[in-house]
Amino acid sequence: MLKIDIEACIGCGLCESTCTFGAIAVAEGHAVVNEKCTLCGSCVDVCEVEALSIVREERAHKMNLAEWSGVWVYAEARKGRIAPVAFELLGIGKRLAARRNVPLTAVLLGSGVNGQARDLVAHGADKVYVVDDPALAHFTDDAYGNMLTDLIREHQPEIVLAGATAIGRSFIPRVATSLATGLTADCTNLEIREEDGALLQTRPAFGGNIMATIVCPDTRPQIATVRPMVMKPNERDDSRSGEIIEVGPDPGRLRSRVKVLDSIAEAQDKVNINEADVLVAGGRGLEDGKGFALIRELADLLGGAVAASRAAVDSGWIGYPHQVGQTGKTVAPKLYIACGISGAIQHLVGMQSADTIVAINRDPNAPIFDVATYGIVGDLFEVLPKLIEKLKQRTDQ
Amino acid sequence: MTEEQQMIVDVARQIADELIVPKRAELDETEEYPTEILKAIAQADLYGLYIPEAYGGLGGGCFDVVLALEQFGRGCTGVATAFAASALGAYPILISGSEELKRKYMPAIASGEKMSAFALTEANAGSDASGIQTTAVLDGDEWVLNGTKQWITNAGEAQIYTVIAITDRAKGPRGATMFVVEEGDPGFTYGVKEKKLGIRCSSTRELIFKDCRIPKDRVIGRPGTGFITVMKTLDLSRPGIAILGVGLGQAALDEAVIYAKQRVQFGKPIISFQAVQHMLADMAIQVEAARALVYAAAKHIDAHKQEMSKVSSMCKVFATDMAMKVTVDAVQVLAGYGYMRDYPVEKMMRDAKILQIYEGTNQIQRNVIGQELNKEYTRS
Amino acid sequence: MNIIVCVKQVPDAKDVRLDPVTNTLARDGVQSIMNPYDRHALEEAVRLKEKFGGTVTVISMGPPQAAETLRDAVACGADEAVLVSDRAFAGADTWATTYTLSQAIKAIGGADLILCGKQAIDGDTAQVGPGLAERLDLPYVAYVRKINDCTDGSFTVERMMDDGYDLLQVPVPSLFTVVKEINEPRVPSLKGKMKAKKLEVKILTAADIDADPAQLGLKGSTTQVVKVFSPQLRGERAILAGSVEEQVDQLFQKLANLL
Repeated sequence: MLKIDIEACIGCGLCESTCTFGAIAVAEGHAVVNEKCTLCGSCVDVCEVEALSIVREERAHKMNLAEWSGVWVYAEARKGRIAPVAFELLGIGKRLAARRNVPLTAVLLGSGVNGQARDLVAHGADKVYVVDDPALAHFTDDAYGNMLTDLIREHQPEIVLAGATAIGRSFIPRVATSLATGLTADCTNLEIREEDGALLQTRPAFGGNIMATIVCPDTRPQIATVRPMVMKPNERDDSRSGEIIEVGPDPGRLRSRVKVLDSIAEAQDKVNINEADVLVAGGRGLEDGKGFALIRELADLLGGAVAASRAAVDSGWIGYPHQVGQTGKTVAPKLYIACGISGAIQHLVGMQSADTIVAINRDPNAPIFDVATYGIVGDLFEVLPKLIEKLKQRTDQ
Repeated sequence: MTEEQQMIVDVARQIADELIVPKRAELDETEEYPTEILKAIAQADLYGLYIPEAYGGLGGGCFDVVLALEQFGRGCTGVATAFAASALGAYPILISGSEELKRKYMPAIASGEKMSAFALTEANAGSDASGIQTTAVLDGDEWVLNGTKQWITNAGEAQIYTVIAITDRAKGPRGATMFVVEEGDPGFTYGVKEKKLGIRCSSTRELIFKDCRIPKDRVIGRPGTGFITVMKTLDLSRPGIAILGVGLGQAALDEAVIYAKQRVQFGKPIISFQAVQHMLADMAIQVEAARALVYAAAKHIDAHKQEMSKVSSMCKVFATDMAMKVTVDAVQVLAGYGYMRDYPVEKMMRDAKILQIYEGTNQIQRNVIGQELNKEYTRS
Repeated sequence: MNIIVCVKQVPDAKDVRLDPVTNTLARDGVQSIMNPYDRHALEEAVRLKEKFGGTVTVISMGPPQAAETLRDAVACGADEAVLVSDRAFAGADTWATTYTLSQAIKAIGGADLILCGKQAIDGDTAQVGPGLAERLDLPYVAYVRKINDCTDGSFTVERMMDDGYDLLQVPVPSLFTVVKEINEPRVPSLKGKMKAKKLEVKILTAADIDADPAQLGLKGSTTQVVKVFSPQLRGERAILAGSVEEQVDQLFQKLANLL
């Protein structure tokens, strides 16, 4: 709880103006805190007379944090192949493990995947626990959750990272709940806190309008799902050695109440551009329909969708559902990359609320540069291939 | 406004914002009847607003309907017309119909299961309603209708049609009768959907009666009282049309102000230029005045059903003339962009015209008002 | 079929910003709405009710004003509303929230199906649905985009994956979290609004749900916010100069954290 020393408090109101949550205000000459307080400590830091302090209450069942050691990464595999996010996690995992002076371990679940365990070692894992069983051929929350939970309980890592993918965000909350520990979702930054070695987990909230840094102070492991394509994987090093341990699972724990009847892949075109976090848009500057192949490739690599200006749609290079603007859709993605789009008001009105706008256009006077966060004056036929190449390098195994 | 009335506004507004506005440009382009939106309106219980509870409605009055129509009108005049025209089609039954007739037709209309349409106008009988030539002749247990109605809203989509026909030419104004004709009645067909300047998603067609036979019990009220029912129906429905003008004017004003704030010319947003400001000010005044008049008229009608005609005509004239002027001005404010189909105001301008024409042209309305004044001042 | 729908009253997230001067969450003029994903969950529940019969109960953990959102749910077809509200619940993270909700659900007798929206647009964690299922020991499916059928005590559903979808069979009782693609939520009906106005919202306090105080609210949370800040990129404007190689390098760096 937040302790307020009423004697020391001078009622200056600095705490009130600092508090993000509207939890503290000056009333009757001194600070008063209400139930909105999240104990974030911002007011304590800013108080010039040290009238504020946080007193942590003893948890009823405190874990002995010292018993928990090691950084773990859940190496997601889908349809028999390790997902790119697993290597990204090994990248950040290695950095965190080094700071904590502990080994980095990967957990690989699936069927017919054990051959790929060495890829995880080559990308930084010191140890890999592999559970390879036909029952794990398809992802189920029950079986995968049980496997990971049991391994964590047995080996007690202090940190567990997983990708914030459809799979990760589905079963990791279950794992965290059964371990009675804290989970932070969709992290974009992870660091070790100097004072106590705790994991500082930074993530977006309110649709990305706000960033929050979270800790899990009293329980272990500290679990975080990490946004894909944010962390850098390590360079592959086949000379690295690591311990690969095949774990024989308890058959009872492999049972799933949910049965997978089928798994169907779908073409990217089904994506509704309104829902995409990333949009790559093409306009008249593409010169003909072939340019859209580049747009599509970039969109695929970024996990986003393809959009277009009216000029591109009218020219028949792409269908109307992709049109952004006055007569198309209004979108507000996290990232909008406008390629060969001049930025006439009819287009801008459909995308200017995007969080970050990147514009690539040959004409330095194109109005699109007035709204772009980052602008590249250049030939998109040169810029896009380079960008695509760089992205491919990053996700290469 | 009562709490229930506020609920009507909230629900209608949500429908307009979430369902009508996103689709209006497409509906105007394709001229497709807004079936899905009308279904959602039905599911929201809004069809029964003006229908007594005894027949499954909510027992509201003119003002309640006006509140809903204002919100739909803000969305799209075409969609709102489809809804309003169904009420127009139902009013004759409510006003003059027997208990049996009401019990037969009102519940389905209240639930939105069936739509209705009002059939008065003919090629040679517009303002001069007495010039209608559709006839109805009693043959045993059936009435046989012959003739053609023109420009009937909801024709081809509605299931229930309230139709006026001459039953005794010699009796003049007392020689017409209203009937209920149902989709599927033998000898009853429709023409093709007309291509219109505005309210393009609304279905406007001819009704063709060729020896159309309907059972005797389909008469609305007593034979010969047709024109009286028509007059009362139009009196009651005019505020609905008037409020469509208010909703339309408001929508046009909204677009114009938002545009004027963000369009920069000569280094400033154009709203900072007095010429534009004065235009917007006049538009806003007119919308507000029209709203006040229509609300007052609707409330007056709910309180004094006998003295409807004058206020009903007044609010129709004022609000629809206002809508025409305000939408034209909105296009002017948006200038070149306003002329483009990419922006919503040109459609609003096209939609506004019909409001001055249907349910009695504004010239006829002025006749009505003039005549009412004459009567009023003679009395006192 | 008895269905429970978990709903949350949230600020309209797209309008929430950190005031750059005061570093405060600027909530003035920001509307409170039903979490959009919960609208889809509610719509699905009402459709199932219309198909199979039964009742739909909406439940929400929140301050007293969250009752307004529960009434909005009733106006759209829910039958009963339960507000789980107590000062002790304030400041709860997803761990404490799932504890509180699971206790409340046990207190009201559970259901054949529990539906949740994929995530709340303020917290954005997507953790409550699966965490709740774990607490209640229910099989669950997250990101359901279609409920195909319910026969012989199990559902057939489509789960949206990053590259397509999985077709799954789930026994009853179970819990689903749903995505927007699942349906178009209806607007409230007038009769629904009138029913909602008259309805008594059942209020459950900490005592009513037999909760262990140590597991509630801020005290009971396993995670803690230590800092809140604005994403820096807002307002930045830069034309990247140099050769194509250099331009792309710079762009790549700038975007790396963003993607």
